[in-house]
Amino acid sequence: MSLADQPKSAIESNGLSRRQGFLLLWLLVAALVALPIFAPWPAWLNAVLISKKAFVSAIMNGITLAGLYFLVASGFTLVFGLMRNVNLAHGSLYLLGAYIGYSVTQWTGYWLVGVAAGFLALALIGILMQVIVFRRLEGDDLRQTLVTIGISIVAADLMLAVWGGQTYQLATPEWLDGAVTLPIITATRSNGAAVFLTFPLYRLVVLAGAIVIGVALWLMLNRTRVGMMIRAGVDDRAMLSASGVNVHMVFAIVFAIGAGLAGFAGVVGGSALSIAPGEDVRYLLASLVVVIVGGMGSIPGAAIGALLIGLAEQIGLVYFPTYGVVLTFVIMVVTLAIRPQGIMGRG
Amino acid sequence: MATTDLPAASAAKGNWFERIGAGHFLLAVALLVYPAVASDFFLTQIGGYSLVLGMLALSLMMLAGYGGMVSLAQITVAGVAGYAVAIFGENGANVLGFGWPWWIVVPWAVLLASIASALIGWIAVRTQGIYTIMITLAIATAIFYFAQQNYAIFNGFSGFAGVRAPQFWGVDWRAPLPFYYLCLGIAVLAYVAVLYGARSTFGLTLQAVRDNPRRMRAIGYDVTAHKVFAWFIAGIVAGLAGVLMVWFNGRISPGTIGVGAAINILIIAVIGGMRHPIGPFIGAVVVVLMQTFAIDIVGAQRFNTLIGLVFLAIVFFSPDGILGLWERIKPHLAQEGLRPGG
Repeated sequence: MSLADQPKSAIESNGLSRRQGFLLLWLLVAALVALPIFAPWPAWLNAVLISKKAFVSAIMNGITLAGLYFLVASGFTLVFGLMRNVNLAHGSLYLLGAYIGYSVTQWTGYWLVGVAAGFLALALIGILMQVIVFRRLEGDDLRQTLVTIGISIVAADLMLAVWGGQTYQLATPEWLDGAVTLPIITATRSNGAAVFLTFPLYRLVVLAGAIVIGVALWLMLNRTRVGMMIRAGVDDRAMLSASGVNVHMVFAIVFAIGAGLAGFAGVVGGSALSIAPGEDVRYLLASLVVVIVGGMGSIPGAAIGALLIGLAEQIGLVYFPTYGVVLTFVIMVVTLAIRPQGIMGRG
Repeated sequence: MATTDLPAASAAKGNWFERIGAGHFLLAVALLVYPAVASDFFLTQIGGYSLVLGMLALSLMMLAGYGGMVSLAQITVAGVAGYAVAIFGENGANVLGFGWPWWIVVPWAVLLASIASALIGWIAVRTQGIYTIMITLAIATAIFYFAQQNYAIFNGFSGFAGVRAPQFWGVDWRAPLPFYYLCLGIAVLAYVAVLYGARSTFGLTLQAVRDNPRRMRAIGYDVTAHKVFAWFIAGIVAGLAGVLMVWFNGRISPGTIGVGAAINILIIAVIGGMRHPIGPFIGAVVVVLMQTFAIDIVGAQRFNTLIGLVFLAIVFFSPDGILGLWERIKPHLAQEGLRPGG
């Protein structure tokens, strides 16, 4: 078939379809956004945003924090989406993972062993919680939630008993220490030499890890048999059960992944930040807000929510120090006002 | 529960004693003479404090029991009133403290609290069921962090100290006995109001909305407005409790409205039972007694483990709290009484 035979509109779409047009537009927007990030800034822009270094650092910190938040919140949202179980002990799982990771790292001397221990120990605890506690209260959302509150109180107190009130920080291994120089010019010296932004390597690795895990989760949910069962369970639990799938098995798997991710995030976060009593509440709040904003039960939603909240928190920290929380709060309220089910949530 | 109360309420119009109920009379007498047998410590730290916490849990019980909205932000609402008392009245922190007289500050603080409650409710009622817990917890935690970080309004981490209960009508309301009676009076007022309100048109509408919002919407009721108004009313109760709380403690800081405190209120309501307004007060007495005396048994350190385990046991074995236990035991007792010689 020659070109001339085709209808006119088809030829047009061959040249530049609607989709390609949008792609081009997005690329243009991305280039416009990227340009000021990499190039040095004029004085007036520096004056408005304190300094380029402060601004770009806030953005970078926000994105890496988002990676951590995503790790915590993805487990929370997965469990919620499938089991309608608001696990308010999720922050405790994070903190317990951090403590276990710390102790194991101290004991063995290998950070990676600590990370693995954090994941595995919490995955096991997750399965135990599902089998011992939640299976007995199936279908009673409120009581399940109340039970998680009770667990979080007891867990916080017992962790205080074992690890005490002091603040720990996990030492990252040497190969993750240090900083990398990014191709981002923050300022120009008087002699014309450009100053590049340096950023801790560890945080970049955490971000990369979060992206890898996010993609892996997405692939697991969308391309594997277990993922198919989980998605079916989110849509209609009774139907999945009726079609011969052992729903309790699926629940236990999801709970293991969710709790394990929280524990993993605990070790990873405890290395970048600190481990102390009260951190459980902080990460519970982060998970709650991320999931409320992103949409409950959605992994992409958790990623978007984490990005928004991480950026809001870090930008707030730099530009409105004492009102930073308000920014997070405003994002949540605006989301609820416009889309009560969350950005990626299904109504 | 409303259905069981209704015939009694309509049948016993003439007999006001029966209408109020013998149980209430016994309780009232016991509470009135309690100061005669209690020391100052028992009067304020147990009596007054239980009544304040009971009122807070009562505001939660209203929302949860009649409206089906379990809120974790009741302590936040009380905190708004408490902070308002410290900011607009007098405080010892030398930050703000406008020094308004108590008879302006108290209604103003309660009004602010109920408006804050209505706003929280307006956000929370957009979603349903279990989401309400998440959203109210997120709001409560966000406000806690905000109060902790903000020095201009909330005086940051240390908050406000030196807030005093006023002296008027020749009475020092800070003294144990007057403070107890003050708490008792307001708590009884709130209790009666909730008990009566549950049978009012609004109360019945709210319960119908709880049971079937779609049908109520179809009939033509504004479901959202009813729910938000319930939050407003709960805000009045919580606000009054907040004023008493700040007078009781003499200070308010972010710790007062922290997540632990928010969860504490839920625990009180659940332990007591959320099917009748007396439940929250029973729960408050139990929790306060545990808080005070568990220290002797398990030590101050592991107190939270104990209360957490008690809470878990209640959730597992008696979802309706101590009230539920009583309901379950009562038929057995009645049967015992019917047996010859028993």
